[in-house]
Amino acid sequence: MNALLVKLLVQRIGLACLSLLAVSVLVFAITGVLPGDAAQEQLGQEATPESLAALRAQMGLDVPAHQRYLGWLGGLVRGDLGVSSTTQLPVAELIASRLPNSLLLAAVTALFSVPIALALGISAAVWRGSWFDRAASTGAVAVVSVPEFLVATLAVLIFAVQLKWLPALSYLSSIESLGQLLRAFAMPVLTLTCVIVAQMMRMTRAAVIDQLEAPYIEMVQLKGASPLRTVLAHALPNAVGPIANAVALSLSYLLGGVIIVETIFNYPGIAKLMVDGVTQRDIPLVQACAMLFCAGYLILVTTADLCGIVANPRLRHR
Amino acid sequence: MSTAIHPGSYHRPALRRWRERLSHFGVTGWLGLAVTGFWAGAAIFGPAMLSQAGDIGGGEVFAPASAAHWLGTDYLGRDMLARVVEGARYTVGVAFAATLLASGTGTLLALLAAASGRWIDSTMSRALDTLTAIPSKMFALLMVAGFGSSVQMLVLTAAVIYVPGSYRMARALAVNINALDYVTVARARGEGTGYVMLQEILPNITGPMLADFGLRFVYVVLLLASLSFLGLGIQPPEADWGSLVRENIETLANGGAAVIAPSIAIASLTIAVNLVIDNLPGRAARERGAR
Repeated sequence: MNALLVKLLVQRIGLACLSLLAVSVLVFAITGVLPGDAAQEQLGQEATPESLAALRAQMGLDVPAHQRYLGWLGGLVRGDLGVSSTTQLPVAELIASRLPNSLLLAAVTALFSVPIALALGISAAVWRGSWFDRAASTGAVAVVSVPEFLVATLAVLIFAVQLKWLPALSYLSSIESLGQLLRAFAMPVLTLTCVIVAQMMRMTRAAVIDQLEAPYIEMVQLKGASPLRTVLAHALPNAVGPIANAVALSLSYLLGGVIIVETIFNYPGIAKLMVDGVTQRDIPLVQACAMLFCAGYLILVTTADLCGIVANPRLRHR
Repeated sequence: MSTAIHPGSYHRPALRRWRERLSHFGVTGWLGLAVTGFWAGAAIFGPAMLSQAGDIGGGEVFAPASAAHWLGTDYLGRDMLARVVEGARYTVGVAFAATLLASGTGTLLALLAAASGRWIDSTMSRALDTLTAIPSKMFALLMVAGFGSSVQMLVLTAAVIYVPGSYRMARALAVNINALDYVTVARARGEGTGYVMLQEILPNITGPMLADFGLRFVYVVLLLASLSFLGLGIQPPEADWGSLVRENIETLANGGAAVIAPSIAIASLTIAVNLVIDNLPGRAARERGAR
């Protein structure tokens, strides 16, 4: 580690924290300030000024917007996320009961998709232009250019309806054995894996091809190294940075995909909680979930950035 | 870049320019153009041509395809073909309006950023970068939670989400053009910022921005379909293709046409637009230049 590298890393992390702060302003503005007076909306046009004032005081709307924002932000930092307006339960409790399910889903998906995507991406890059490359790339483009719910629908049609291997919905409450766990997980993980693999494969392929077309690889080939050695010992070590970047960036697509997948398969995760919150206009819940998602997204994107910086040998050895 | 800076290319009549552009199209490009054109036609003229449009249902539920109902019927017994054609109006129309708004705003802001000083440029770039720190679906959910999901709000939401992307693309192009000699000459002879933006830079970035427009249109279609699928987009009784999949999802277990038809409609539209973009001459030139 040297001073320049540390400076770059600290800069990126600082930038991410600033972005998160800006995001919190945006989230609060969109949900809490811009839509207008929530008390008026709740009571309708005929409400008396007295009842309006009373409800505003009860909802805390009688203080100016920036004070409400600071109070909300302070609560977030302390872990006090407010009370859900539909269930009257603390938001923190609701999230705590759902978060492990979502993290488990994300972890299992990552466990499957990363090795598959890397294997596909690297072999497509090595045999670029072959029928294998063309088939894999076309498949990836097809998956990327249709919505996630279509992939999910197709998966249900094939595996649950035609082959009858798996149940179409997952109800996590009824899990008693490992077999049931696998069956409940299979469809959501399968769908998410398809989407993530397609993204990650495309980026990995591009990163490896970038290296394979560099002049030093031609030198290695002229030297007489075997194709396997050329790829594993020479190209891959140089492509680690871009590949790690691609992996982290693709995993951030999980956050979008999980919203659809949890809803379609009725999976009791945090994204389903948020979609239900949006449907019922449960603003405190939506705000907390949105901040959680944006924090996760920024962490992944920043990790992608950091991987790129750390893996750059010109910055590492100086 | 080479296509963007054809000397005098914008003095030629528009028709000939388009014929030249289309002459590069391969079979896949024409196929994509045909399918895209078909859906655009369906959105504009379709409902008027169908006798069963606006049908309130009451017939057999989830009927299979027949001579009377080419794509069967939906969960209320409405003709599925009519529903898909009416859905085209929402999917294609709303997405087109949103993309036009996003691309137009993004390009205008980018021209302003490139043609005016560094201060405006960096302020605008920072502000728009903040928007990209929220994943697109999350942003859409937030907007729906705050403002509801009327058609106008959906157009605005999708536009706001994709302005930063189109701004970034247009700015990268415009900054390059702005550094060329003839722009300096135009400034030296006393032209204002507005003239430089619209007369000197804009004509030379339209080609690549058109490809970008297509790509962003696909993103918007996917986003709006996903929102409708979640029940947070176009509200019943109106329906776009995402809501059609949602409404009829229960027939999935029987492999019913009511859920497969709108799915194929979405996939065919997005893949067709992708094929058209792949065949635009700008892309080929860019890739040749990159190699």
